[in-house]
Amino acid sequence: MARTRRRARFTGYWLMLPSALWLALFFLVPFYSLIAMSLYDPEGSSLTGYDMTWHFANYVDVVQAYWRPLLRSFWYAALATLGCLLLGYVLAYAIAFKAGRWKNLMLVLVIAPFFTSFLIRTLSWKLILADDGWIVNTLQAVGILGPDGRLLATSFAVVMGLTYNFLPFMVLPLFASLDKIDHRLIEAAGDLYASPARGFFKVTLPLSMPGVVAGTLLTFIPAAGDYINSELLGSPNQRMIGNVIQNLFTNQGDYAAAGALSMTLMIIITIGVVLYIRRAGTEDLV
Amino acid sequence: MSLVADHDSTTQDPTSAGRDLELRAVTKSYGAFTAVRSLDLVVPQGSFFALLGPSGCGKTTTLRMVAGLDTPTAGTISLGDREITYDKPYKRPVNTVFQNYALFPHLDISENVAFGLKRRGVKETKKAVAEMLALVELESQGSKKPYQLSGGQQQRVALARALINNPEVLLLDEPLGALDLKLRRGMQIELKRIQTEVGLTFVHVTHDQEEAMTMADTVAVMNAGVIEQMGAPSELYDNPATTFVANFLGQSNLLAGDILGPDGDVVKVSVQGTTVSIPIERCHSEGGKGWVGVRPEKVMIAEVGGEIDAPGNRFEGGVVTDVSFVGVSTQYLVRMPWGQELMVFEQNTGRRPILAVGTPVDLSWRPEYAFLLDASQDAKAGVEDGDD
Repeated sequence: MARTRRRARFTGYWLMLPSALWLALFFLVPFYSLIAMSLYDPEGSSLTGYDMTWHFANYVDVVQAYWRPLLRSFWYAALATLGCLLLGYVLAYAIAFKAGRWKNLMLVLVIAPFFTSFLIRTLSWKLILADDGWIVNTLQAVGILGPDGRLLATSFAVVMGLTYNFLPFMVLPLFASLDKIDHRLIEAAGDLYASPARGFFKVTLPLSMPGVVAGTLLTFIPAAGDYINSELLGSPNQRMIGNVIQNLFTNQGDYAAAGALSMTLMIIITIGVVLYIRRAGTEDLV
Repeated sequence: MSLVADHDSTTQDPTSAGRDLELRAVTKSYGAFTAVRSLDLVVPQGSFFALLGPSGCGKTTTLRMVAGLDTPTAGTISLGDREITYDKPYKRPVNTVFQNYALFPHLDISENVAFGLKRRGVKETKKAVAEMLALVELESQGSKKPYQLSGGQQQRVALARALINNPEVLLLDEPLGALDLKLRRGMQIELKRIQTEVGLTFVHVTHDQEEAMTMADTVAVMNAGVIEQMGAPSELYDNPATTFVANFLGQSNLLAGDILGPDGDVVKVSVQGTTVSIPIERCHSEGGKGWVGVRPEKVMIAEVGGEIDAPGNRFEGGVVTDVSFVGVSTQYLVRMPWGQELMVFEQNTGRRPILAVGTPVDLSWRPEYAFLLDASQDAKAGVEDGDD
């Protein structure tokens, strides 16, 4: 009896073991080497080798050198998150409340883009927005764009690409939250003198906040670290921090700066997320 | 058939007359299915009105149309002189206590109760909320969230949230359905007390006949989208007009009989060779065949040849086939010579011992308690429906 109870007590830990080992191998070990790398002596190179010298000044140096792309990353990610929130909320609301028997089909369509590679989809946007593409030609013809105006290699194209690529990550948690809302609560709001608009802001929106928080995090965090959209749809003027890190690491072999910059990005995002979740105060809702 | 509830007007403010809730020829169809069929109904202001019926009878649909949550396919709904048939729910002076309360989980109890006032632009709600929480005896719970309260407390919050708006009509959709039996009995008394105190019109939907009879001034029994019968609870119980009402509201013995015709202020009916009389005001059949109905507790039982305190004819040759002792009374099933089993409920007064299974017995009843129903109706109508 006592033995079975003790065995039951450890079952949970046994179940955690595979994922714990996996994370130890593929997250903790690389994470340790990333921290170590960020503290390398900046004098090191692939020819002379690298020394771990607890060189904290790396952090100051990279922030001084790259604060513009860093700021730009957060700005683009914020714009893309806002775009995803506005588009995604309307879409998730429609699927949850108005789609009826088409609900499942629409959800499949939301995730359908994942059947094609992220890279291919972004590359095709490059073609769509190209200088001699039909969109640019049309916009030039109707005078929205000037004769030399372009879409590709602009901030608009990068933010649009980010918005497009991360939209499903916003829609799915929003849908999960909205779909859970008891319709009778919305009826009750109407019965208690709330017009549909006020009922939405007083009942539906607050009850969907867990989805809003999850969706914005799932969009903002990867968007802030993304480099594909900037690489394919932007120009050096739209460089994001992901592009800088990638360039430092693969082209310049400046592991110390690449590591310090990665760590900086991670630290800022972690602090931001903690503050955001505290502010949103969603623990009451879930 | 015009159905206008008789209402005791002594408790009513005479100046407020004319704010009755009135439904005229209201029909609601969903495709080929008609949930409510040309319903005419007047609920007098200030009354406690119950719509009673089995699930799917159209009572909740009727309630939702009054609340504005559903729109009638045809007909009109008005409050006094004002027609509200197509008004949006948030524009009518009607509030609802929903079946599972539908309390807002993200708001605390005070905020839930204040919701309606705030939406109507009332800035200072504290005092009204405090008074309303006092009315439902939840003064100290104002800052809790709904999930921290018990079912009975949530029910009272739902009531307070609706009542605070001082609606002209308060709709209650199976408000006690989710509570356990004991709590339900307590809340029935509580609801009745609050209704008397605030004097608003309550329209209460339920499938629980005991709940309807305990609380309501007037009960309308609904079946298959129409009102079968409407009246005071005792009137419906003592003088049901259809087999459905006879079986759904309590239980009835229905005996097939041949109507012999009127004789003064009674109608004579031959039942298995015995002639019984039924008061003329309790006859709901014209002639030919009919169902003679009698409530089980009105049937008197005695061992063969024993004395029965009833002036009516005796039915002889019965045999007790089942005995259920339920404390205050004993319920017998008696098989009659023609094969039918009749229910007999007898108070356990201690006058004589409980009869055993197999005892030969005679039955009788006082003629004034019998009723006569149309033979074209199904004798089993409403029997199964009342069980849940």
